[in-house]
Amino acid sequence: MPQDSTAFAREVARTIGAESEPLIRMQGIRKSYYIGQPNELEILHGIDLTVYPGEFVAIVGESGSGKSTLMNVMGVLDRPTAGNYTLDGVDIHTAKENELAAIRNSKIGFVFQTYNLIGRQSALKNVELPMLYAGVPAAERTARAQQWLERVGMGNRMRHRPNELSGGQKQRVAIARAMVNDPALILADEPTGALDSETSRVVMDLFHEMHEKYHKTIVLITHNRTLADECQRVLTLHDGRIVDERKGGGIRGTL
Amino acid sequence: MALFEYLSMAFSSIRANKMRSLLTMLGIIIGIAAVIAIETVGGSLSGSVSDSMSGMGVNSITVSLTQKDSDTATVGGGRTRLFMNSSPDEDDLITQGMIDEYLQAFPDRVDHVELSRTVGQGTIEKAGDPQTTITANVSGANHDALAAKEEDTPILSGRWLDDERDAGRRVCVVSEKFVEQAVGGSVRDAVGQRITLTINRMPYDFYITGVYAYVEDSYSTFMGASDDDSIQTNVYIPLDTAAQISGASSGYQSITAVTTAGTDMTSFVDTTGNFFASYYTRNDTWTASASSLSTLVETMTELLDTVSLAIAAIAAISLLVGGIGVMNIMTVSVTERTREIGTRKALGATNAAIRTQFIVEAIVLCLIGGAIGVVLGVTLGAALSNLLGYAARPSVEAIVIAVTFSMGIGVFFGYYPANKAARLDPIDALRYE
Repeated sequence: MPQDSTAFAREVARTIGAESEPLIRMQGIRKSYYIGQPNELEILHGIDLTVYPGEFVAIVGESGSGKSTLMNVMGVLDRPTAGNYTLDGVDIHTAKENELAAIRNSKIGFVFQTYNLIGRQSALKNVELPMLYAGVPAAERTARAQQWLERVGMGNRMRHRPNELSGGQKQRVAIARAMVNDPALILADEPTGALDSETSRVVMDLFHEMHEKYHKTIVLITHNRTLADECQRVLTLHDGRIVDERKGGGIRGTL
Repeated sequence: MALFEYLSMAFSSIRANKMRSLLTMLGIIIGIAAVIAIETVGGSLSGSVSDSMSGMGVNSITVSLTQKDSDTATVGGGRTRLFMNSSPDEDDLITQGMIDEYLQAFPDRVDHVELSRTVGQGTIEKAGDPQTTITANVSGANHDALAAKEEDTPILSGRWLDDERDAGRRVCVVSEKFVEQAVGGSVRDAVGQRITLTINRMPYDFYITGVYAYVEDSYSTFMGASDDDSIQTNVYIPLDTAAQISGASSGYQSITAVTTAGTDMTSFVDTTGNFFASYYTRNDTWTASASSLSTLVETMTELLDTVSLAIAAIAAISLLVGGIGVMNIMTVSVTERTREIGTRKALGATNAAIRTQFIVEAIVLCLIGGAIGVVLGVTLGAALSNLLGYAARPSVEAIVIAVTFSMGIGVFFGYYPANKAARLDPIDALRYE
């Protein structure tokens, strides 16, 4: 039984903690736009990337390097033109539209630069949103949302609407929203891009807390190298290729 | 996701744009209110028409002369006054011979035949005011015809006309209203008094033998509101007196046959009609046709229903316009909330969830509009009905249809924008400024 032996080997490896299954496995990911047209444009030229559970990875790159495209592919918001992408054991290539929505819902927590909170709803309702689409009963939804808002230090502003909150507060609500469905991956796209350095520090500390205390796998996309150096691993993206990979300092700077 | 969640989302979105939502609903509100108001008034009208007419004798059949190839004939039924303009010749009238044969042919189905003969309008000087004249309908009637009126308009003083005793005499039975307007004095004193009626410019003297109660029936009020000078009142004179005055010696333009209890009216109306029509097969211009009040009530109700349906159809156009308004605002809303849609998709909303969210929002918008419209329509309809003097009858049917229809508008006009929202690319939606 050759196939079973492979599975067995993995099983053994996992049990002894020597090696775990990668959370993200990307092989030869390409992404092109305007396919078949004269102005066809390839943004990602074959990305190979593996992220293991519990890692805190930063992806840096100048604007136009393909960061956002990579993040869209990684976040299952977009399908790659070519290549294989397996997220938490699920092959994205074969997944249907509704399955992708379910993957986003249960496996990924998004944090955006512009927070993307729903303006007319309270912080609490915003945090409840991912659970709403997961079909969590109302009482449990509220309880879990309250719990996470307290954890990010927003327990006293749960009934506030986004326009009554500061940028840092909004991003904390967004982090609570990303965490509330207990996803395998937190995908943060320039989360401090719209914040001043002091608030950025608070938000970054919150990410470290999510990583250390709740053992979340975090992929942080940024163009800020100082911020990236805080992470365990830093990947540099240039012109749609990963050109550099190094260990981060893991030391938190003052920004 | 439960329906409740979608409803709560919809309400929060509508609350967030109160003014805009209200303006959007306005089309629906006006449309529904108009339909409900019209249905309420229409229902009240036809309701009171059939109420007032069904009490007038369900077992009587009116046989009347109708012009062949004439449209008015079927509509007018037995109401002779619609035929005042066209006058049939002496030979064309329904003869006593026909009536006798009819009575012989159906002895167990026909109880008696009420005969009346329209003479025309009679004028008389107003009591205490000779400058003013009062107009009344003068018609000849046999005893059976008058006795049938006893239930609704009982004799107050004196007696009804007697076929044999009063034959050929210049006597009449008038209403208390007529006494009040034209004779003066008490109802009791009026009996035996002589009055002078001018019919076709000829004065005729009559002695009053009886006075009957005057009841203003809503039917005649509705058909032609009576101004004060021509009171809707009837002066009854003996049949052959009427024949002398109107110049026709025998025959009737219309007769009323009263059937015995238990006769199947629907079929016997046809039988009667065919019986009398058979005398007119060789007549080029006239024939006889039968109708009963029940068929007349049906015709009236049908007519009113058609009218309200036509008006309701026009109101439905405003509903359509309202629906387009909803579609318009929902499309705008989808564009405005592109980022929200993108966010929801990133958080795991399926296309179906987004579509449902927007359709439910459109439905809620329409339903709120529909509910306001129903309240407004019922109020307006009730007010109008009261103004016209009828009991308001809000049509439950119309309300149910209106609410269902407004929901349908929500689904129909909400689908396009909702589908547009559902098919947004999450990346484009998230990046939308």
